[in-house]
Amino acid sequence: MAPEEICKLLTTEFTDAIVKTVVEGAHPYVQVSPDRWPDVARFLCDDSRLGMNLLRSISALDLLSDDRLACVYDLMRIVVDRPDVLITETHEFAIRVETDRNEPVIPSVADVWPAADWHEREAYDLMGIRFTDHPDLRRILCPDDWEGYPLRKDYEFPLEYHGIPATTEYELPNPRH
Amino acid sequence: MTMADTVLESAPDLLVDTDRVEQGDLRTEEMLVNMGPQHPSTHGVLRVVLRTDGEMVLEAIPHIGYLHRCAEKIGESLAPYQYIPYTDRMDYLAGMNNNQAFAIAVERLCGLEVPARAQAIRVVFAEFNRIASHLVSLGTYGLDMGAFTPFLYCFREREMILDLFEAACGARLTYSYITVGGIHEDLPAGWVERCLEFLDYFEPKIDDYNNLLSFNHIFVKRTAGVGVVSVDEAIAYGLTGPPLRGSGIRWDLRKVLPYDGYEMYDFDVPIARSGGTDEIPHGVVVGDCWSRYYVRVLEMTQSVRIMRQALANLPDGDTEAKKIKNLKLPDDEVYVGIENPRGQLGFYVRGDGSTIPSRVKARGPSFCNLSITTPLCRNVMLADVPAIIGSIDVVMGEVDR
Repeated sequence: MAPEEICKLLTTEFTDAIVKTVVEGAHPYVQVSPDRWPDVARFLCDDSRLGMNLLRSISALDLLSDDRLACVYDLMRIVVDRPDVLITETHEFAIRVETDRNEPVIPSVADVWPAADWHEREAYDLMGIRFTDHPDLRRILCPDDWEGYPLRKDYEFPLEYHGIPATTEYELPNPRH
Repeated sequence: MTMADTVLESAPDLLVDTDRVEQGDLRTEEMLVNMGPQHPSTHGVLRVVLRTDGEMVLEAIPHIGYLHRCAEKIGESLAPYQYIPYTDRMDYLAGMNNNQAFAIAVERLCGLEVPARAQAIRVVFAEFNRIASHLVSLGTYGLDMGAFTPFLYCFREREMILDLFEAACGARLTYSYITVGGIHEDLPAGWVERCLEFLDYFEPKIDDYNNLLSFNHIFVKRTAGVGVVSVDEAIAYGLTGPPLRGSGIRWDLRKVLPYDGYEMYDFDVPIARSGGTDEIPHGVVVGDCWSRYYVRVLEMTQSVRIMRQALANLPDGDTEAKKIKNLKLPDDEVYVGIENPRGQLGFYVRGDGSTIPSRVKARGPSFCNLSITTPLCRNVMLADVPAIIGSIDVVMGEVDR
Protein backbone atom coordinates (compact mmCIF):
# COMPACT_ATOMS: atom_id res chain seq x y z
CA MET A 1 0.00 0.00 0.00
CA ALA A 2 1.43 3.36 -1.03
CA PRO A 3 1.68 6.20 1.53
CA GLU A 4 -1.00 8.18 -0.36
CA GLU A 5 -3.48 5.32 -0.01
CA ILE A 6 -2.75 4.94 3.70
CA CYS A 7 -3.29 8.70 4.17
CA LYS A 8 -6.57 8.51 2.26
CA LEU A 9 -7.79 5.50 4.23
CA LEU A 10 -7.00 7.14 7.56
CA THR A 11 -8.62 10.42 6.54
CA THR A 12 -11.86 8.70 5.56
CA GLU A 13 -11.94 6.56 8.71
CA PHE A 14 -10.93 9.25 11.19
CA THR A 15 -11.91 12.63 9.71
CA ASP A 16 -11.86 14.40 13.06
CA ALA A 17 -8.59 12.89 14.30
CA ILE A 18 -6.23 13.86 11.46
CA VAL A 19 -4.45 17.16 12.03
CA LYS A 20 -2.02 17.11 9.11
CA THR A 21 -0.87 14.80 6.33
CA VAL A 22 2.60 14.89 4.79
CA VAL A 23 2.93 12.63 1.76
CA GLU A 24 5.94 14.23 0.05
CA GLY A 25 9.49 13.73 1.18
CA ALA A 26 11.48 10.82 2.51
CA HIS A 27 9.26 10.20 5.52
CA PRO A 28 5.51 10.41 4.84
CA TYR A 29 3.39 10.69 7.96
CA VAL A 30 0.00 11.63 9.34
CA GLN A 31 -0.39 13.81 12.39
CA VAL A 32 -3.07 12.55 14.77
CA SER A 33 -4.64 14.40 17.69
CA PRO A 34 -3.57 12.84 21.01
CA ASP A 35 -7.08 12.07 22.30
CA ARG A 36 -7.93 9.89 19.26
CA TRP A 37 -4.49 8.27 18.96
CA PRO A 38 -5.36 4.95 20.74
CA ASP A 39 -8.32 4.40 18.36
CA VAL A 40 -6.17 5.15 15.32
CA ALA A 41 -3.44 2.85 16.67
CA ARG A 42 -5.90 0.00 17.16
CA PHE A 43 -7.17 0.50 13.59
CA LEU A 44 -3.64 0.59 12.13
CA CYS A 45 -2.76 -2.68 13.86
CA ASP A 46 -5.99 -4.63 13.37
CA ASP A 47 -7.30 -3.51 9.97
CA SER A 48 -6.69 -6.24 7.39
CA ARG A 49 -5.64 -3.78 4.68
CA LEU A 50 -3.07 -2.05 6.88
CA GLY A 51 -1.98 -4.68 9.42
CA MET A 52 0.85 -2.53 10.79
CA ASN A 53 1.88 -5.13 13.35
CA LEU A 54 5.48 -4.03 13.92
CA LEU A 55 6.14 -0.88 15.92
CA ARG A 56 9.70 -0.13 14.82
CA SER A 57 10.49 2.94 16.81
CA ILE A 58 9.16 5.88 18.79
CA SER A 59 11.23 9.02 18.30
CA ALA A 60 10.47 11.86 20.69
CA LEU A 61 11.06 15.36 19.28
CA ASP A 62 11.48 18.71 20.97
CA LEU A 63 9.94 21.44 18.80
CA LEU A 64 11.20 24.29 20.94
CA SER A 65 10.22 27.13 18.56
CA ASP A 66 6.58 25.93 18.48
CA ASP A 67 6.60 25.20 22.24
CA ARG A 68 5.55 21.62 21.45
CA LEU A 69 6.82 18.09 22.01
CA ALA A 70 6.10 15.30 19.55
CA CYS A 71 6.35 11.54 19.18
CA VAL A 72 6.97 9.93 15.81
CA TYR A 73 5.79 6.32 15.63
CA ASP A 74 7.41 4.35 12.80
CA LEU A 75 5.28 1.40 11.81
CA MET A 76 5.68 -1.48 9.42
CA ARG A 77 3.82 -4.53 8.24
CA ILE A 78 5.10 -8.10 8.47
CA VAL A 79 2.88 -10.54 6.58
CA VAL A 80 2.48 -13.64 8.76
CA ASP A 81 0.03 -15.74 6.72
CA ARG A 82 2.63 -18.19 5.42
CA PRO A 83 5.62 -17.84 7.72
CA ASP A 84 7.92 -20.23 5.86
CA VAL A 85 7.57 -18.36 2.56
CA LEU A 86 9.63 -15.25 1.94
CA ILE A 87 7.06 -12.48 1.47
CA THR A 88 8.64 -9.18 0.52
CA GLU A 89 5.33 -7.33 0.38
CA THR A 90 5.29 -4.69 3.08
CA HIS A 91 4.51 -1.08 3.73
CA GLU A 92 5.95 1.44 6.14
CA PHE A 93 4.27 4.49 7.52
CA ALA A 94 4.69 6.96 10.35
CA ILE A 95 2.31 8.66 12.74
CA ARG A 96 3.09 11.85 14.55
CA VAL A 97 1.42 12.95 17.75
CA GLU A 98 2.12 16.42 19.12
CA THR A 99 1.51 17.66 22.62
CA ASP A 100 1.97 20.79 24.69
CA ARG A 101 5.54 21.32 25.88
CA ASN A 102 4.60 22.44 29.40
CA GLU A 103 2.02 19.72 29.99
CA PRO A 104 3.15 16.86 27.71
CA VAL A 105 0.64 14.01 27.84
CA ILE A 106 0.06 11.36 25.17
CA PRO A 107 -2.06 8.21 25.62
CA SER A 108 -0.03 5.00 25.75
CA VAL A 109 -0.32 2.41 22.97
CA ALA A 110 1.45 -0.36 24.90
CA ASP A 111 -1.74 -2.43 24.85
CA VAL A 112 -1.80 -2.30 21.02
CA TRP A 113 1.91 -2.95 20.51
CA PRO A 114 3.66 -4.37 23.62
CA ALA A 115 6.90 -3.12 22.03
CA ALA A 116 5.75 0.42 22.85
CA ASP A 117 6.30 -0.25 26.57
CA TRP A 118 10.06 0.34 26.55
CA HIS A 119 10.00 2.95 23.78
CA GLU A 120 7.51 5.04 25.75
CA ARG A 121 9.55 4.67 28.90
CA GLU A 122 12.54 5.96 26.95
CA ALA A 123 10.57 8.96 25.64
CA TYR A 124 9.41 9.66 29.20
CA ASP A 125 12.93 9.34 30.56
CA LEU A 126 14.76 11.49 28.01
CA MET A 127 12.05 13.88 26.81
CA GLY A 128 9.63 13.99 29.74
CA ILE A 129 6.45 13.00 27.90
CA ARG A 130 3.92 11.34 30.20
CA PHE A 131 2.04 8.41 28.69
CA THR A 132 -1.35 7.85 30.29
CA ASP A 133 -2.40 4.23 30.98
CA HIS A 134 1.16 2.98 30.58
CA PRO A 135 1.66 -0.27 32.59
CA ASP A 136 4.93 0.78 34.26
CA LEU A 137 6.00 4.33 33.48
CA ARG A 138 9.37 4.98 35.12
CA ARG A 139 12.81 6.03 33.94
CA ILE A 140 14.62 3.39 31.90
CA LEU A 141 18.10 4.66 30.97
CA CYS A 142 18.79 7.39 33.53
CA PRO A 143 18.81 6.72 37.30
CA ASP A 144 15.46 7.11 39.07
CA ASP A 145 16.57 10.25 40.89
CA TRP A 146 17.89 12.03 37.77
CA GLU A 147 16.63 15.58 37.35
CA GLY A 148 15.42 16.99 34.06
CA TYR A 149 14.99 15.45 30.61
CA PRO A 150 18.32 15.28 28.72
CA LEU A 151 16.98 15.36 25.16
CA ARG A 152 15.10 18.63 25.61
CA LYS A 153 16.76 21.47 23.75
CA ASP A 154 16.89 23.69 26.84
CA TYR A 155 18.32 20.95 29.11
CA GLU A 156 21.04 22.13 31.41
CA PHE A 157 23.77 19.63 32.15
CA PRO A 158 24.06 19.08 35.93
CA LEU A 159 27.36 20.13 37.47
CA GLU A 160 27.14 17.62 40.29
CA TYR A 161 25.53 14.23 40.83
CA HIS A 162 25.68 12.57 44.29
CA GLY A 163 28.91 14.41 45.05
CA ILE A 164 30.50 13.55 41.68
CA PRO A 165 31.60 16.80 40.02
CA ALA A 166 31.03 17.35 36.30
CA THR A 167 32.00 20.05 33.86
CA THR A 168 30.64 21.60 30.70
CA GLU A 169 33.80 23.60 30.18
CA TYR A 170 34.95 21.72 27.11
CA GLU A 171 33.24 23.04 24.01
CA LEU A 172 32.61 20.61 21.17
CA PRO A 173 34.78 21.44 18.17
CA ASN A 174 33.30 23.37 15.29
CA PRO A 175 31.93 20.79 12.81
CA ARG A 176 32.91 22.98 9.86
CA HIS A 177 36.59 22.08 10.17
CA MET B 1 50.00 -43.93 65.60
CA THR B 2 47.85 -45.19 62.78
CA MET B 3 44.78 -43.70 61.23
CA ALA B 4 42.52 -45.98 63.22
CA ASP B 5 43.74 -44.50 66.47
CA THR B 6 42.69 -40.99 65.51
CA VAL B 7 39.37 -39.97 66.80
CA LEU B 8 37.72 -37.42 64.56
CA GLU B 9 35.43 -35.11 66.35
CA SER B 10 33.58 -32.39 64.55
CA ALA B 11 33.57 -29.01 66.14
CA PRO B 12 30.07 -27.88 67.09
CA ASP B 13 28.72 -25.01 64.98
CA LEU B 14 28.27 -22.21 67.46
CA LEU B 15 25.83 -20.38 65.25
CA VAL B 16 23.30 -23.17 65.07
CA ASP B 17 20.98 -23.68 67.95
CA THR B 18 20.80 -27.47 67.66
CA ASP B 19 17.75 -27.72 69.84
CA ARG B 20 15.67 -25.63 67.45
CA VAL B 21 16.73 -27.10 64.08
CA GLU B 22 14.35 -29.80 63.01
CA GLN B 23 14.39 -32.02 59.97
CA GLY B 24 12.43 -30.57 57.04
CA ASP B 25 12.22 -27.09 58.47
CA LEU B 26 13.03 -25.44 55.16
CA ARG B 27 11.51 -22.09 54.44
CA THR B 28 9.95 -21.73 50.98
CA GLU B 29 9.15 -18.07 50.84
CA GLU B 30 9.86 -15.92 47.79
CA MET B 31 13.25 -14.31 47.50
CA LEU B 32 14.57 -11.47 45.38
CA VAL B 33 17.87 -12.33 43.67
CA ASN B 34 19.94 -9.67 42.00
CA MET B 35 21.62 -11.04 38.86
CA GLY B 36 24.19 -8.61 37.52
CA PRO B 37 25.12 -5.96 36.61
CA GLN B 38 28.51 -7.71 36.73
CA HIS B 39 27.30 -11.26 36.15
CA PRO B 40 29.33 -13.01 33.42
CA SER B 41 26.30 -14.43 31.61
CA THR B 42 24.55 -11.08 31.21
CA HIS B 43 27.01 -10.07 28.43
CA GLY B 44 27.89 -6.67 29.80
CA VAL B 45 26.22 -4.60 32.45
CA LEU B 46 22.66 -5.87 32.55
CA ARG B 47 20.96 -6.21 35.92
CA VAL B 48 18.03 -8.57 36.20
CA VAL B 49 16.05 -8.72 39.43
CA LEU B 50 14.64 -12.21 39.83
CA ARG B 51 11.74 -13.07 42.10
CA THR B 52 12.44 -16.68 42.95
CA ASP B 53 10.74 -19.47 44.80
CA GLY B 54 13.45 -22.08 45.30
CA GLU B 55 14.75 -22.96 41.85
CA MET B 56 11.82 -21.37 40.05
CA VAL B 57 11.95 -17.83 38.70
CA LEU B 58 8.51 -16.28 38.99
CA GLU B 59 9.42 -12.95 37.47
CA ALA B 60 12.48 -11.32 35.95
CA ILE B 61 12.73 -7.56 35.66
CA PRO B 62 15.66 -6.17 33.65
CA HIS B 63 17.23 -2.89 34.68
CA ILE B 64 19.26 -1.19 31.98
CA GLY B 65 21.09 2.09 31.53
CA TYR B 66 24.46 1.33 33.12
CA LEU B 67 26.25 2.25 29.88
CA HIS B 68 24.03 5.18 28.98
CA ARG B 69 25.99 7.97 27.30
CA CYS B 70 23.05 9.79 25.68
CA ALA B 71 24.54 9.21 22.25
CA GLU B 72 21.43 10.74 20.69
CA LYS B 73 22.16 14.06 22.39
CA ILE B 74 25.72 13.97 21.03
CA GLY B 75 24.23 13.50 17.56
CA GLU B 76 22.48 16.87 17.91
CA SER B 77 25.78 18.73 18.18
CA LEU B 78 27.92 17.05 15.52
CA ALA B 79 27.89 16.94 11.74
CA PRO B 80 26.93 13.48 10.41
CA TYR B 81 30.44 12.50 9.31
CA GLN B 82 31.68 13.37 12.83
CA TYR B 83 28.95 11.24 14.39
CA ILE B 84 30.01 8.08 12.51
CA PRO B 85 32.59 7.08 15.20
CA TYR B 86 29.85 7.29 17.85
CA THR B 87 27.66 4.81 15.99
CA ASP B 88 30.16 1.95 16.11
CA ARG B 89 30.45 2.43 19.86
CA MET B 90 26.79 1.52 20.23
CA ASP B 91 26.88 -2.06 18.98
CA TYR B 92 30.62 -2.56 19.29
CA LEU B 93 30.47 -6.11 17.95
CA ALA B 94 28.96 -4.94 14.67
CA GLY B 95 30.61 -1.58 14.07
CA MET B 96 30.45 -1.84 10.28
CA ASN B 97 26.69 -2.39 10.26
CA ASN B 98 26.13 0.53 12.61
CA ASN B 99 28.24 2.86 10.46
CA GLN B 100 26.30 1.65 7.44
CA ALA B 101 22.87 2.28 8.99
CA PHE B 102 23.64 5.86 9.95
CA ALA B 103 25.40 6.56 6.65
CA ILE B 104 22.39 5.30 4.66
CA ALA B 105 19.99 7.38 6.76
CA VAL B 106 21.95 10.58 6.06
CA GLU B 107 22.34 9.69 2.37
CA ARG B 108 18.57 9.18 1.98
CA LEU B 109 17.91 12.46 3.76
CA CYS B 110 20.26 14.39 1.49
CA GLY B 111 19.62 12.39 -1.67
CA LEU B 112 23.26 11.34 -2.04
CA GLU B 113 24.20 8.72 -4.62
CA VAL B 114 26.74 6.19 -3.40
CA PRO B 115 29.16 4.86 -6.06
CA ALA B 116 28.64 1.22 -7.06
CA ARG B 117 32.09 0.17 -5.87
CA ALA B 118 31.49 1.65 -2.42
CA GLN B 119 28.14 -0.15 -2.19
CA ALA B 120 29.69 -3.52 -3.05
CA ILE B 121 32.52 -3.03 -0.54
CA ARG B 122 29.96 -2.02 2.09
CA VAL B 123 28.10 -5.27 1.51
CA VAL B 124 31.33 -7.26 1.84
CA PHE B 125 32.16 -5.61 5.16
CA ALA B 126 28.62 -5.72 6.51
CA GLU B 127 28.44 -9.47 5.88
CA PHE B 128 31.97 -10.00 7.18
CA ASN B 129 31.04 -8.19 10.38
CA ARG B 130 27.88 -10.29 10.61
CA ILE B 131 30.05 -13.42 10.63
CA ALA B 132 32.39 -11.93 13.26
CA SER B 133 29.44 -10.91 15.42
CA HIS B 134 27.74 -14.29 15.15
CA LEU B 135 31.03 -15.98 16.08
CA VAL B 136 31.10 -14.01 19.34
CA SER B 137 27.47 -14.87 19.91
CA LEU B 138 28.07 -18.59 19.32
CA GLY B 139 31.20 -18.71 21.45
CA THR B 140 29.82 -16.82 24.43
CA TYR B 141 26.54 -18.70 24.30
CA GLY B 142 28.48 -21.94 24.59
CA LEU B 143 30.36 -20.38 27.48
CA ASP B 144 27.08 -19.53 29.22
CA MET B 145 25.98 -23.14 28.85
CA GLY B 146 29.24 -24.48 30.26
CA ALA B 147 31.08 -25.33 27.03
CA PHE B 148 34.43 -23.57 27.01
CA THR B 149 36.12 -25.10 23.96
CA PRO B 150 33.85 -23.81 21.13
CA PHE B 151 34.54 -20.28 22.39
CA LEU B 152 38.25 -20.71 21.60
CA TYR B 153 37.55 -22.01 18.09
CA CYS B 154 35.10 -19.18 17.37
CA PHE B 155 37.55 -16.55 18.57
CA ARG B 156 40.38 -18.07 16.54
CA GLU B 157 38.43 -17.44 13.33
CA ARG B 158 37.21 -14.07 14.54
CA GLU B 159 40.81 -12.96 15.07
CA MET B 160 41.51 -13.62 11.41
CA ILE B 161 38.50 -11.52 10.41
CA LEU B 162 39.66 -8.70 12.66
CA ASP B 163 43.13 -8.91 11.05
CA LEU B 164 41.50 -8.39 7.66
CA PHE B 165 39.47 -5.46 9.03
CA GLU B 166 42.66 -3.99 10.42
CA ALA B 167 44.36 -4.35 7.04
CA ALA B 168 41.54 -2.41 5.40
CA CYS B 169 40.91 0.38 7.90
CA GLY B 170 43.43 0.17 10.72
CA ALA B 171 40.92 -0.63 13.46
CA ARG B 172 39.89 -3.94 14.96
CA LEU B 173 36.60 -3.07 16.65
CA THR B 174 35.43 0.50 16.08
CA TYR B 175 36.02 0.94 12.39
CA SER B 176 34.30 4.13 11.17
CA TYR B 177 35.14 2.65 7.76
CA ILE B 178 31.72 2.96 6.17
CA THR B 179 31.01 6.66 6.13
CA VAL B 180 28.47 9.11 4.74
CA GLY B 181 28.66 8.97 0.96
CA GLY B 182 30.67 5.79 0.60
CA ILE B 183 33.60 4.19 2.37
CA HIS B 184 36.61 5.81 3.93
CA GLU B 185 39.32 4.34 1.72
CA ASP B 186 39.59 1.83 -1.06
CA LEU B 187 40.76 -1.71 -0.29
CA PRO B 188 44.52 -2.24 0.04
CA ALA B 189 46.34 -4.27 -2.60
CA GLY B 190 45.86 -8.02 -2.25
CA TRP B 191 42.98 -7.72 0.22
CA VAL B 192 40.43 -9.46 -2.00
CA GLU B 193 42.71 -12.48 -2.45
CA ARG B 194 43.39 -12.71 1.29
CA CYS B 195 39.68 -12.47 1.98
CA LEU B 196 38.80 -15.22 -0.52
CA GLU B 197 41.51 -17.39 1.00
CA PHE B 198 39.95 -16.88 4.42
CA LEU B 199 36.46 -17.74 3.15
CA ASP B 200 37.78 -21.04 1.73
CA TYR B 201 39.33 -21.78 5.11
CA PHE B 202 36.30 -20.63 7.11
CA GLU B 203 33.42 -22.38 5.39
CA PRO B 204 34.27 -25.95 6.52
CA LYS B 205 34.81 -24.65 10.06
CA ILE B 206 31.05 -24.12 10.44
CA ASP B 207 30.67 -27.92 10.53
CA ASP B 208 33.18 -27.97 13.38
CA TYR B 209 31.05 -25.57 15.41
CA ASN B 210 28.02 -27.75 14.74
CA ASN B 211 29.83 -30.88 15.86
CA LEU B 212 31.31 -29.17 18.90
CA LEU B 213 28.33 -27.20 20.09
CA SER B 214 25.11 -27.15 18.04
CA PHE B 215 24.43 -30.89 18.14
CA ASN B 216 26.14 -31.50 21.48
CA HIS B 217 23.70 -33.48 23.59
CA ILE B 218 24.17 -31.42 26.75
CA PHE B 219 23.86 -28.15 24.86
CA VAL B 220 20.66 -29.29 23.15
CA LYS B 221 19.23 -30.43 26.50
CA ARG B 222 19.94 -27.01 27.99
CA THR B 223 18.46 -24.95 25.15
CA ALA B 224 15.82 -26.99 23.27
CA GLY B 225 12.26 -26.23 24.28
CA VAL B 226 13.39 -23.40 26.58
CA GLY B 227 12.06 -19.85 26.19
CA VAL B 228 9.65 -20.44 23.32
CA VAL B 229 8.42 -17.32 21.48
CA SER B 230 5.55 -17.53 19.01
CA VAL B 231 5.58 -15.50 15.78
CA ASP B 232 2.78 -13.20 16.92
CA GLU B 233 4.45 -12.61 20.27
CA ALA B 234 7.78 -11.91 18.58
CA ILE B 235 6.27 -9.27 16.27
CA ALA B 236 4.20 -7.72 19.07
CA TYR B 237 7.33 -7.15 21.15
CA GLY B 238 9.20 -5.79 18.14
CA LEU B 239 11.64 -8.70 17.86
CA THR B 240 13.69 -8.69 14.65
CA GLY B 241 16.71 -10.49 13.27
CA PRO B 242 17.64 -14.02 14.45
CA PRO B 243 15.07 -13.96 17.33
CA LEU B 244 12.29 -13.28 14.81
CA ARG B 245 13.53 -15.84 12.27
CA GLY B 246 14.10 -18.24 15.16
CA SER B 247 10.34 -18.07 15.69
CA GLY B 248 9.96 -19.50 12.20
CA ILE B 249 9.11 -16.54 9.97
CA ARG B 250 11.12 -15.90 6.83
CA TRP B 251 11.57 -12.15 7.06
CA ASP B 252 14.72 -10.16 6.48
CA LEU B 253 15.10 -6.46 5.70
CA ARG B 254 17.83 -7.26 3.17
CA LYS B 255 15.10 -8.95 1.12
CA VAL B 256 12.05 -6.90 2.10
CA LEU B 257 13.51 -3.39 1.76
CA PRO B 258 16.91 -3.89 0.09
CA TYR B 259 19.61 -1.27 0.58
CA ASP B 260 23.14 -0.92 -0.81
CA GLY B 261 22.27 -3.25 -3.68
CA TYR B 262 21.31 -6.35 -1.68
CA GLU B 263 18.71 -7.13 -4.35
CA MET B 264 21.58 -8.11 -6.71
CA TYR B 265 22.81 -10.96 -4.53
CA ASP B 266 21.44 -14.45 -4.39
CA PHE B 267 21.00 -15.73 -0.84
CA ASP B 268 18.50 -17.54 1.36
CA VAL B 269 16.90 -16.43 4.60
CA PRO B 270 17.26 -19.36 7.03
CA ILE B 271 14.51 -19.95 9.57
CA ALA B 272 13.99 -22.31 12.48
CA ARG B 273 12.41 -25.73 11.98
CA SER B 274 11.06 -28.14 14.54
CA GLY B 275 13.06 -31.07 15.85
CA GLY B 276 13.23 -34.46 14.18
CA THR B 277 13.33 -33.10 10.61
CA ASP B 278 16.63 -33.50 8.74
CA GLU B 279 19.52 -32.66 11.04
CA ILE B 280 17.47 -30.77 13.68
CA PRO B 281 17.75 -32.61 17.04
CA HIS B 282 14.69 -34.08 18.73
CA GLY B 283 13.11 -31.86 21.35
CA VAL B 284 13.70 -28.63 19.45
CA VAL B 285 10.60 -26.45 19.22
CA VAL B 286 10.35 -23.55 16.74
CA GLY B 287 10.96 -20.34 18.68
CA ASP B 288 13.12 -21.80 21.47
CA CYS B 289 16.65 -20.87 22.47
CA TRP B 290 18.25 -23.52 20.29
CA SER B 291 16.37 -22.24 17.20
CA ARG B 292 17.53 -18.68 17.77
CA TYR B 293 21.07 -19.95 18.18
CA TYR B 294 20.99 -22.19 15.11
CA VAL B 295 19.59 -19.47 12.83
CA ARG B 296 22.85 -17.59 13.47
CA VAL B 297 24.92 -20.61 12.43
CA LEU B 298 22.93 -20.91 9.19
CA GLU B 299 23.23 -17.19 8.51
CA MET B 300 27.02 -17.41 8.49
CA THR B 301 26.89 -19.70 5.45
CA GLN B 302 24.63 -17.23 3.66
CA SER B 303 26.95 -14.34 4.52
CA VAL B 304 29.84 -16.25 2.94
CA ARG B 305 27.71 -16.72 -0.17
CA ILE B 306 26.95 -13.00 -0.42
CA MET B 307 30.60 -12.09 0.13
CA ARG B 308 31.79 -14.41 -2.62
CA GLN B 309 29.34 -12.87 -5.09
CA ALA B 310 30.27 -9.33 -4.10
CA LEU B 311 34.02 -9.98 -4.24
CA ALA B 312 33.75 -11.70 -7.62
CA ASN B 313 32.03 -8.68 -9.19
CA LEU B 314 33.63 -5.69 -7.50
CA PRO B 315 32.93 -2.73 -9.81
CA ASP B 316 35.62 -0.18 -10.56
CA GLY B 317 35.31 3.48 -9.78
CA ASP B 318 35.09 5.95 -6.92
CA THR B 319 34.56 4.92 -3.33
CA GLU B 320 33.11 8.17 -2.03
CA ALA B 321 30.62 10.74 -3.22
CA LYS B 322 31.98 14.27 -3.35
CA LYS B 323 31.51 17.15 -0.89
CA ILE B 324 30.65 15.25 2.25
CA LYS B 325 32.09 17.52 4.92
CA ASN B 326 29.95 20.59 4.36
CA LEU B 327 26.82 18.59 3.76
CA LYS B 328 23.71 20.69 4.41
CA LEU B 329 20.85 18.61 5.78
CA PRO B 330 17.50 19.63 4.27
CA ASP B 331 14.52 20.58 6.42
CA ASP B 332 13.12 17.05 6.29
CA GLU B 333 13.23 13.79 8.18
CA VAL B 334 13.93 10.16 7.42
CA TYR B 335 13.77 6.76 9.08
CA VAL B 336 15.95 4.00 7.67
CA GLY B 337 16.19 0.45 8.98
CA ILE B 338 18.84 -2.07 8.03
CA GLU B 339 19.49 -5.68 8.98
CA ASN B 340 22.14 -5.68 11.69
CA PRO B 341 23.43 -9.07 13.01
CA ARG B 342 20.99 -8.63 15.91
CA GLY B 343 17.99 -7.37 13.98
CA GLN B 344 16.58 -4.18 12.63
CA LEU B 345 18.83 -1.22 13.35
CA GLY B 346 17.05 2.01 12.53
CA PHE B 347 18.08 5.63 12.48
CA TYR B 348 15.64 8.50 12.53
CA VAL B 349 17.43 11.66 11.39
CA ARG B 350 15.87 15.09 11.17
CA GLY B 351 17.54 18.06 9.52
CA ASP B 352 16.75 21.75 9.77
CA GLY B 353 18.72 23.27 6.90
CA SER B 354 22.05 23.45 8.76
CA THR B 355 24.97 21.01 8.73
CA ILE B 356 24.00 19.54 12.11
CA PRO B 357 20.92 17.34 12.56
CA SER B 358 18.26 18.57 14.95
CA ARG B 359 17.44 15.03 16.08
CA VAL B 360 19.16 11.65 15.79
CA LYS B 361 17.34 8.63 17.15
CA ALA B 362 18.78 5.13 17.12
CA ARG B 363 16.40 2.20 17.19
CA GLY B 364 18.59 -0.59 18.47
CA PRO B 365 17.69 -4.23 17.87
CA SER B 366 19.17 -5.31 21.21
CA PHE B 367 17.04 -2.77 23.08
CA CYS B 368 13.84 -4.01 21.45
CA ASN B 369 14.75 -7.71 21.63
CA LEU B 370 15.59 -7.41 25.32
CA SER B 371 12.13 -6.03 26.13
CA ILE B 372 10.69 -9.55 25.84
CA THR B 373 12.76 -10.75 28.84
CA THR B 374 10.00 -10.31 31.42
CA PRO B 375 7.28 -12.32 29.60
CA LEU B 376 9.85 -14.92 28.52
CA CYS B 377 11.40 -15.50 31.98
CA ARG B 378 8.10 -16.11 33.74
CA ASN B 379 7.95 -19.39 35.70
CA VAL B 380 11.17 -20.87 34.38
CA MET B 381 14.06 -22.58 36.17
CA LEU B 382 16.81 -20.31 37.45
CA ALA B 383 19.37 -22.02 35.18
CA ASP B 384 17.21 -21.23 32.14
CA VAL B 385 17.52 -17.47 32.64
CA PRO B 386 21.12 -17.27 31.28
CA ALA B 387 20.05 -19.59 28.44
CA ILE B 388 17.20 -17.26 27.46
CA ILE B 389 19.11 -14.00 27.80
CA GLY B 390 22.11 -15.44 25.96
CA SER B 391 19.95 -16.64 23.07
CA ILE B 392 18.60 -13.11 22.53
CA ASP B 393 22.23 -12.01 22.09
CA VAL B 394 22.22 -8.45 23.38
CA VAL B 395 25.05 -5.94 23.29
CA MET B 396 24.57 -3.60 26.20
CA GLY B 397 26.42 -0.73 24.54
CA GLU B 398 23.57 -0.49 22.10
CA VAL B 399 20.76 -1.19 24.58
CA ASP B 400 21.88 1.75 26.69
CA ARG B 401 23.36 3.95 23.93
